[in-house]
Amino acid sequence: MATKEYTANDFRNGNAVKWCAGCGDHAIFNSVLKALPEVAERLDIPRENFAFISGIGCSSRFVYYMNTYGFHTIHGRSAAIATGLKTARPDLSVWVCSGDGDSLAIGGNHFIHACRRNIDLNLILFNNEIYGLTKGQYSPTSKLGKVTKTSPFGTIEEPFSPAVLAIGAKASFVARTIDMELDLTKEMLVEGACHKGMSVTEALVNCVIFNNKTHADYAESKAIREERTIRLRHGEKMLFGANKEKGLVLDGLHLKVVTVGEDGYTLDDVLTHDAHSEDTALHTMLASMRYPEFPVAVGVIRDVARPTYDSEVTRQIEEQQTVKPNMKADDLFFGGETWKVE
Amino acid sequence: MSTVIRFSGDSGDGMQMVGNLFSESVAFAGYGVFTFPDYPAEVRAPQGTVAGVSGFQVHFDTHAVTHEGDKCNILVAMNPAALVAHSKYAAATATVILDSDGFTKESVAKLGYDIETIVEELALSECNIIEAPITQMTLDAVAECELDRKSALKCRNMVVLGITLGMYDIATDYAKKFIEKKFGKKNPLVCKANIAAIEAGENYAKNTHLVGETHTEKGVSALAKGTYRSINGNQAVAWGFIAAAEKSGRPLFCGSYPITPATGILEELAKHKALGVKTVQAEDEIAGICTAIGASFGGALAVTTTSGPGLALKSEALGLAVMAQIPLVVVDVQRGGPSTGLPTKSEQADLLQAMYGRNGDSPLVVLAAHSPADCFDKAYMAAKIALERMMPVVLLTDANLANGTEPWLVKRVADMPSITPPIVTREELADKAECFNERGLFNPYSANENLARYWAIPGAEGLEHRLGGLEKQPKTGIISYTPADHAAMGALRAERVERTAALISELKIEGASEGDMLVLAWGSNAGKVCEAAAQLHSEGKAIAYATVDMINPLQAGLQEKMAHYHRVLVCESNSGQLASHLRSTTTHKDICSVASMEAKPFEVEALREAILTNLNLN
Repeated sequence: MATKEYTANDFRNGNAVKWCAGCGDHAIFNSVLKALPEVAERLDIPRENFAFISGIGCSSRFVYYMNTYGFHTIHGRSAAIATGLKTARPDLSVWVCSGDGDSLAIGGNHFIHACRRNIDLNLILFNNEIYGLTKGQYSPTSKLGKVTKTSPFGTIEEPFSPAVLAIGAKASFVARTIDMELDLTKEMLVEGACHKGMSVTEALVNCVIFNNKTHADYAESKAIREERTIRLRHGEKMLFGANKEKGLVLDGLHLKVVTVGEDGYTLDDVLTHDAHSEDTALHTMLASMRYPEFPVAVGVIRDVARPTYDSEVTRQIEEQQTVKPNMKADDLFFGGETWKVE
Repeated sequence: MSTVIRFSGDSGDGMQMVGNLFSESVAFAGYGVFTFPDYPAEVRAPQGTVAGVSGFQVHFDTHAVTHEGDKCNILVAMNPAALVAHSKYAAATATVILDSDGFTKESVAKLGYDIETIVEELALSECNIIEAPITQMTLDAVAECELDRKSALKCRNMVVLGITLGMYDIATDYAKKFIEKKFGKKNPLVCKANIAAIEAGENYAKNTHLVGETHTEKGVSALAKGTYRSINGNQAVAWGFIAAAEKSGRPLFCGSYPITPATGILEELAKHKALGVKTVQAEDEIAGICTAIGASFGGALAVTTTSGPGLALKSEALGLAVMAQIPLVVVDVQRGGPSTGLPTKSEQADLLQAMYGRNGDSPLVVLAAHSPADCFDKAYMAAKIALERMMPVVLLTDANLANGTEPWLVKRVADMPSITPPIVTREELADKAECFNERGLFNPYSANENLARYWAIPGAEGLEHRLGGLEKQPKTGIISYTPADHAAMGALRAERVERTAALISELKIEGASEGDMLVLAWGSNAGKVCEAAAQLHSEGKAIAYATVDMINPLQAGLQEKMAHYHRVLVCESNSGQLASHLRSTTTHKDICSVASMEAKPFEVEALREAILTNLNLN
């Protein structure tokens, strides 16, 4: 598998992209196209070893625009189908494109079990907090009280945070990005793809038609993002704000936003991000932060090493093949208790 | 003459073990044999209760045996509850062997019977009742082994094994060898005790002149020459897939969720990592089939195994496999339904679910296995059809096949039919212009002469493509909702299935070549239905009989041969599903049905009556 040099264009098949103008999915698509040449290089695999699996929903149309192997499957099941593919073919780079309805409602079970198993998939969770393809019903991530066609008096359900759910299910890599942050998205995707094990990248995307500006409070402009989101980097202080003047500290068992140099808080008091910590407690707190009480965390929230499902399957097979070398079906069939009729 | 023995006792009495060892010893001695375990759904119901009785029936004869038999000639009852629960399975003049040590006034009274009259109350008056002190014999036999009482009593089933083998003068060597292998190293005392128990039982039978009806050609087998082993349907299915994987060169992948009575297939496949088999115990039934679909997309021979409730859950994904032309085998080990139904009992009521249980017109191949050993062949052929024709295949077995055992004439993979999936590389397709669009990109739904989609497996350079569940244009795979494209693809999906009939051998008819009635069976009932019909044919009735193995498309020859008989009678354990299917797909005007909804095996005697009744109907 001699590595070729790819460009973003090598990974798109030229089909007309049919998302609505202004949809956040366009931005993610472009970030993916930019990420793949780098992933191919870093993993040393050719284009034909990439497979994109999707479920149902706007974001799941993704695969039809890619010039890789792809499978547009059924609602909610992309993680399960990708699990089978990766188990059978550990040599492939397997990607899952899924939405908040696809992965957290109808496919919630497959999502959490893929995280738990730590199968080496790269799952992009397009979180627009709405059902777009069915034209505007609330989703499991819609903010409490959200008025939609199926919640004309506001939702009465507490939403999931995809990143929190993934961490709770022991995903080994969890990141969050924002559609407009193309470079950040690309970086998260490359990191996630090179991470051995399940990577979940929650992409906060805007649905311009049915849920416009749902992330606007903290994502609308660069200036707003600087003040209302916090970019986490492993080994760096948790600082945010235009001048990095604000930071996160632990106050008892809770996170607290402080201004460095005020109220007696110094830089030393500000937490340092440890994405590699096995313990999920702080990662969960960071992923749970909501605007306006807190900045919304973006970047790699969690990145820990643990054995992957697919490599463990391979290991067990290799072990058994060492114990019983060159075994064939005939050895099984004619072995054990048999008798002859002459 | 054929012999049917039923062992019955508490769930913890080791009845399955004695049944298996007895049947394997009998098979080893050259007899044809067929077994039928009959255990309660509860793992361990309270001891001594009727609910907790576990049974195991063995049918053997000097020729090949195709079913587990009707009523038993020998009933072994390890306690009063076993006698109460299983007396109904005893023939009128059966020999009933009971552990007299367990039949006390109190133990019998607890079940609502009187020790003086229990035999009459259970309608066993004409039976030959052998009151054998099995418990005491066991304790005496193992006395030297210094076991505690509880461990000693675990050898009671081996005394029973010795008695029954002794009755038929069948060697105990096989059983002793098995015991030595199982306990020899691990627990020499237990090994010694079990062997002593077998010998004590054997001596008891000899000393008391307990003799079963004799098989005149004892040990002279009418079975075909070759190497045999005892196999149950679940194991046979698993092994059929293993053989198909090796033959086709495709790695075997099974994604399944545990469900009675199909779990044994997943368990069996999970053992064989040395053969490269990959199994995923999925988080649910849907993930079971979906992981298999994913593995198939990646180039594996992919299977998923389930029972009726699981097949219901897999419906949508199965439709995706139809739409995206994904090779896949779904095994439905049928049990009594609907809903949770009767998990440990057999029924054939998922046929129409397999045929039609999906949204849209969604045809697929449906095969049915008719005996435990046949499960091997059918699993193999299901895999062959799926891989060569790029489509999902449903294989129907059932609880009786899954758990029943019979001797399997072991085959070598080299002797099995070839399996050649349409795997392609860009180079191999170079001269096929129709496989590429104007931009030189691969047309993913281009197909070979059998209408099988060319299988471009991820990793094949220059054949990157997208599949999906949305309706497509033929060949190019471009999403299309136009009426013409949908009609064309629908016709293609049907035609692809129809053409697979050529891969399964033509229906084999036995009995009269034309006449009054053709009796059809499928699944685990086939052995009994055919035996009942064969008896009537040999008595001069103008009837024929056949086992249907391919239900969709209709097995080659079925429709034509039906025309040679005035009436077609389908015998099945459901409300008449195959009969109904034949009425809608064939032109025969007189299709009758013997439909049993009792979720219990047919009996040859009752079938004879039913066939005669239908024969005489106007």
